[in-house]
Amino acid sequence: MKEKLIFEKSTPGRKAYSLPPIDTPEVELTTLLPEEIIRQEPAQLPELSEVDVVRHFTRLSQMNYGVDTGFYPLGSCTMKYNPKINENMSRLPGFALAHPYQPEELSQGALKLMYDLSEILSEIAGMDKFTLQPAAGAHGEFTGILIIKAYHQHRGDKKRTKVIIPDSAHGTNPATASLCGFETIEIKSNAHGLVDLEELKKLVGEDTAALMLTNPNTLGLFEKEIIAIADIVHEAGGLLYYDGANMNAIMGYARPGDMGFDVVHYNLHKTFATPHGGGGPGAGPVGVKQFLAPYLPKPVVEYDDEKQKYFFDYNRPHSIGRVKAFYGNFGVAVKAYTYILALGAAGLKEASEIAVLNANYLKTILQGKYHVPFDQVCKHEFIISPEKRVKEKGIKTLDIAKRLVDYGFHPPTVYFPLIVEEAMMIEPTETETQETLDAFAQALIDICQEALDNPEILHNAPHSTHVSRFDEATAARKPILRWKKN
Amino acid sequence: MYPNNLKYSKEHEWVDLESKKIGITHYAQESLGDVVFVELPEVGAEFEVGDSLGVVESVKAVSDVYSPVSGKVTAVNEALLDNPELINQDPYGEGWIVEMEITGGEEDLLSAEEYERLIKEE
Repeated sequence: MKEKLIFEKSTPGRKAYSLPPIDTPEVELTTLLPEEIIRQEPAQLPELSEVDVVRHFTRLSQMNYGVDTGFYPLGSCTMKYNPKINENMSRLPGFALAHPYQPEELSQGALKLMYDLSEILSEIAGMDKFTLQPAAGAHGEFTGILIIKAYHQHRGDKKRTKVIIPDSAHGTNPATASLCGFETIEIKSNAHGLVDLEELKKLVGEDTAALMLTNPNTLGLFEKEIIAIADIVHEAGGLLYYDGANMNAIMGYARPGDMGFDVVHYNLHKTFATPHGGGGPGAGPVGVKQFLAPYLPKPVVEYDDEKQKYFFDYNRPHSIGRVKAFYGNFGVAVKAYTYILALGAAGLKEASEIAVLNANYLKTILQGKYHVPFDQVCKHEFIISPEKRVKEKGIKTLDIAKRLVDYGFHPPTVYFPLIVEEAMMIEPTETETQETLDAFAQALIDICQEALDNPEILHNAPHSTHVSRFDEATAARKPILRWKKN
Repeated sequence: MYPNNLKYSKEHEWVDLESKKIGITHYAQESLGDVVFVELPEVGAEFEVGDSLGVVESVKAVSDVYSPVSGKVTAVNEALLDNPELINQDPYGEGWIVEMEITGGEEDLLSAEEYERLIKEE
């Protein structure tokens, strides 16, 4: 059933409130407010009864699809299940009702949590010092690259204007470099989907500010030559930035700090099981090696041994300054802290192990039915694309993705990374059972057969949703961004 | 699909050495899918071979348009701003992107036959 817009359900004069009679003298509005800010015509708000408003939004919420309703193998997004205990902890009154202007002596619990989380994140990534301020991954990248910029500028090295980024990188990497005033230099991947060392040697120089890298990369492949890569960049005087989006593949097994990275960000909402999509909010803590710690955003939470209390350290003259109001998305930090403590070191390691196992399990089942451009053992995610015989039926990845919706699954990431034509990027995460993985693989195999026997069914998919295939091109060319009265 | 009178770059742009017009190839527009937005350079801007002279955005991806030659922009196809779909409908005609005063780089361009061989390999 199609759900009408709430404006279309409006009936003039109907209302969902009943106010008591006014018991104070009425005052003319113009005596209180300047003329120019008083609305001349009544606002066009929908007029409905309370029950109809409730039903409308309840129905909309039931159309939603989330990780609590089904499998969500969105590559590079790590849509793992978010344990509900995380929510319970973040709602404890001492955390949920803490006010950012509360004095430090009344916020010691919250400060300790921030301090301890920073220490834990440092240990997992092999870094020395963290800020929890950035609101999400791209914001973390922005913060990290500003730190690198501040480092070069502080040394008086003004030649470093370029940031090197692989062609398989997340789009946020070049966007970050541009936003921070750098020129982006793209490095092509080699035939194995990895950074080409010879090419890198040619690209680095005294104008290299940094290399931004995800490891494992967006093809789900581990950059085996990372130590050599780090040496090449460091010898040229540049720094290494670790995009932590794929951290879920290596927790407890490998640390960016040991690989030679100087700055990292995490996506707490990916790796550490806090909600994302639909606004999360996320959190993108940034960690640095000791020599970069002076440039971290301020304040930084520190512990005063003498007074035995935690405090906000504002006395950081080289800091790049604040990057977010107050102290970051604190509630998200509570959830991630809960998750980390609940799993413990051994549990985090096992999470990565199962995430990698699940990805390889799915990839192995799908091999032969789908084209697997890089068939070496993958990390936590992998890429497939339709086989030639399927493409010859006029079927594109988009059609397969839309058909998956009919099978009750959220489609994987499609058309990314850009270096693989018709890519589908599948990241199952560690939280799925073998039964779910089998059902998903079977759906993809069935869809492959449908594509060969009856391609029309894919072209018009999805068939089972409230809204079927929409015209994305027209929506992008001539967007209708809000309701207007006719 | 790949007219013989045009020259091609490995980055999937075409150049008409007669009219000095430049655009993206049939293969490029098909890989991109429905184009929804085009960013054009300023007239008078100068580019070297391989510089990004504009941006083409489709429902799938955002791609740079790499200059297949060196030169100076003498005209841009402003019709694309309102009708980006011209690139899909007529990549070698109405869908041209810029016109350039070419100062170099033509010698490294591919013929239609060489270009077709290239995309078969991809």
